[in-house]
Amino acid sequence: MEKQIIGRGILAGALGGVLAFGFARIFAEPQIQQAIDYESGRDAAQQALDKAAGLPVEPEGMEVFSRAVQANIGIGAGIIFFGAAMGALFAVAYALYLGRAGQIRPRTLALLVAGGGFMGMYLVPFVKYPANPPAIGHEDTIQQRSSFYLLMVAASVLFLILAVWLGKRLQPRFGTWNATLIAGGVFIVATAIVMLALPQFGELATNRQLHQATETPAPLTDASGKIVFPDFPADLLFTFRLYSVGAQLILWATIGLVFAPLAERLLGGAPARRTTSTPRASVIG
Amino acid sequence: MSTASQPTTAATPLVIPGSRAVLWLVGTVLLALAVYYFIGVDQGAVSVFGNDTHIHEFVHDGRHFLGFPCH
Ligand SMILES: [Zn+2]
Repeated sequence: MEKQIIGRGILAGALGGVLAFGFARIFAEPQIQQAIDYESGRDAAQQALDKAAGLPVEPEGMEVFSRAVQANIGIGAGIIFFGAAMGALFAVAYALYLGRAGQIRPRTLALLVAGGGFMGMYLVPFVKYPANPPAIGHEDTIQQRSSFYLLMVAASVLFLILAVWLGKRLQPRFGTWNATLIAGGVFIVATAIVMLALPQFGELATNRQLHQATETPAPLTDASGKIVFPDFPADLLFTFRLYSVGAQLILWATIGLVFAPLAERLLGGAPARRTTSTPRASVIG
Repeated sequence: MSTASQPTTAATPLVIPGSRAVLWLVGTVLLALAVYYFIGVDQGAVSVFGNDTHIHEFVHDGRHFLGFPCH
C-alpha cells in the first residue's frame, strides 16, 4: 500500500511541476530576464565608476550555461524535480495520517495534506524570507541566508505537525471547530515568535558594514552623489514574488487535486472504513 | 455516514503497518530531501562537489523562483 501511495504522490508532484513550469516559462521568465538585465547594467555602471576612480576592475565570471538553457530547460528540470520531491514528501505525510486523521474521506485528506505542504514548505517561510529575483542578495551572505531560510522551513513544518497533534488532542474536549481554532492560534503565535527572533537579511553583518538595511539594490551614486543607476524596480520585485507564490500554489493544488481521486480509488472510495483485514502481521524481515 | 464500529476513531481506511513500510517511507523522505537540497542549496551555501557550479547554474532560475536564497 505504501508503495502505491508514494508512487502516486510522486506522479502528482511531477505533474504539478510540469504545470508550474509552464506558468513559470510564460509569466516568470520575462521577469527573471529583466532582473538579470538590471544586474548586468548595474555591474557595468559599477565597473565604470571603479575604473574612473582608479580601482581594480573584477573580470566577469564565465558563463556555465547560456541564458537560453537556464530559462528553458534548467528552470523546467528544477521545478519538475522539486515537484516530484514535494509529491514524495506529501505521500509520506498522507500515508502517516491515513487512519489517524478522524472522520474524513481519502480525497479530503489529500487536499488537507497538500494545503499543509504549501503552508509549511513554502508560504510560511516566504512570509519571513520572500523569494528574490536575481540581482537581489549579497554574495557574501548566501550562507547565512540559506541557513536562516532552511531554519524557517524546518520550524514551520515542525510547528504545523505539532499543531495538528495538538488539535487532535484537544478535539475530544473542545470539539473539532474550537480545537482547530486553538491549534491554529498556537501555530500562529509559535511561528511569529520564531520570525521575530530570526534576523532580517538587511541586519546581517555584511550589510550593516555596507550601511544598507536591505539586500534590494539601492540607487548607484557616483562620487558627487549623483545617481548613475536606478534602484531595483519595485514593480518587478512585486511581480516576481507574486508569480513565485502562484507557481507554488499551482504545484500544491495539482498535488492535492490529482492525488485525491487516485487515493479515493486506491482506498476503496467509501468514507471512514477501517480495513479490519489489514495484515498487521505482514512484516517481513 | 460511517460503517465503522468505533466512530470516534474510524477514519480514512487504514493505518500503514509494518516495519517494511517504515523503510519505504524513510527512504522516500531521504531521497526527497536530497533532491530538495540539490535544487535549492548545493553549490551555493555549501557544496558536495567542491567548486563545481553546474547544478547551481543549471537550475539557477528555478532556485530563485522556488523561493530559495541565491547569489
Ligand atoms: Zn542567482
